[in-house]
Amino acid sequence: MKTAEEIFNLLKEKFSGSVTEFKTDKPVEPFIIINPLEIDKVCRFLYENSALTFDSLVNLSGVDDANGEKTKDQSGFDIIKGGTLSVWYHLESIKFRHKLVLKTSTDREKPEVASVSEIWNCANWHEREAFDLYGIIFLNHPDLRRILMPYDWEAGYPLRKDYQNPEFYQGMKVPY
Amino acid sequence: MGLLDKQFNSDNIVITSVEDLFNWARLSSLWQVGFGLACCAIEMMATSASHYDFDRFGVIPRPSPRQSDVIIISGTVTLKMALRVKRLYEQMPDPKYVISMGSCSNCGGPYWEHGYHVLKGVDRVIPVDVYVPGCPPRPEALLEGLLKLQEKIRNETMVKKSA
Repeated sequence: MKTAEEIFNLLKEKFSGSVTEFKTDKPVEPFIIINPLEIDKVCRFLYENSALTFDSLVNLSGVDDANGEKTKDQSGFDIIKGGTLSVWYHLESIKFRHKLVLKTSTDREKPEVASVSEIWNCANWHEREAFDLYGIIFLNHPDLRRILMPYDWEAGYPLRKDYQNPEFYQGMKVPY
Repeated sequence: MGLLDKQFNSDNIVITSVEDLFNWARLSSLWQVGFGLACCAIEMMATSASHYDFDRFGVIPRPSPRQSDVIIISGTVTLKMALRVKRLYEQMPDPKYVISMGSCSNCGGPYWEHGYHVLKGVDRVIPVDVYVPGCPPRPEALLEGLLKLQEKIRNETMVKKSA
């Protein structure tokens, strides 16, 4: 069993360029910030290293940080330019009983994150969900389609903070 | 005006109008589409089960819309599902009836404002005969809704109404 700090030091040694920060000041579990385009390599190491063996991806979730430049359009809706979208990974080793939280932040205008679905197969649907609701593109994902919203949904990504519901979908009125 | 009002006292003969006979036949065996959407479907299944026994009103779930008379919209109708609900309804033969069960299918329910994915009432895609309020409605409420529908069918007429 290893603490998050020990794991961070291991990662820092091996991936000095892509593992940037270890945060403990937030009122959540300590987490490690990782470069979005290198996350697959880091995860592959976490999965395969015999002293770590993170064999389970407990959760993968998207977050809209809404930290860009906020403006209002004519009808008073928020528009957010710039800033970041984040993906959080909650890992657990069933073998060693240790846990780890990873965070990666990507540019809101071009949100690209490397896919980890080749490492943990369950990430396939989690990443599709994050793509569906936040529009995060997972590079090298085998089947990046919408999973919850209709395939022909053109109004954008519903959980983004500046999302606006369309007036109509397929001839059906959407607002109340 | 029931079916047996004009019954003769002898010889097992009943005289009635064709209209009354048809209406009686229709309302006494309303087969529902075997179809449920959300938590209301659990309550609908409870209504079908032995304790409340939907079958005593002639309601049995039918696994094909082409052999059904009534569709009970039991649950949240998402925009994605709305197109399928509409198609199921269109596959049913006439005469067909719709019971909207629960707040979600009546008007969007708790998703009325922030539900980006919910149709705010199934009556935006198909015509509804009876609305059953509740979240979810108890089986008694659904039974009451069915009785209301039977009442409606009992008073139907084949004659085209003059406006």
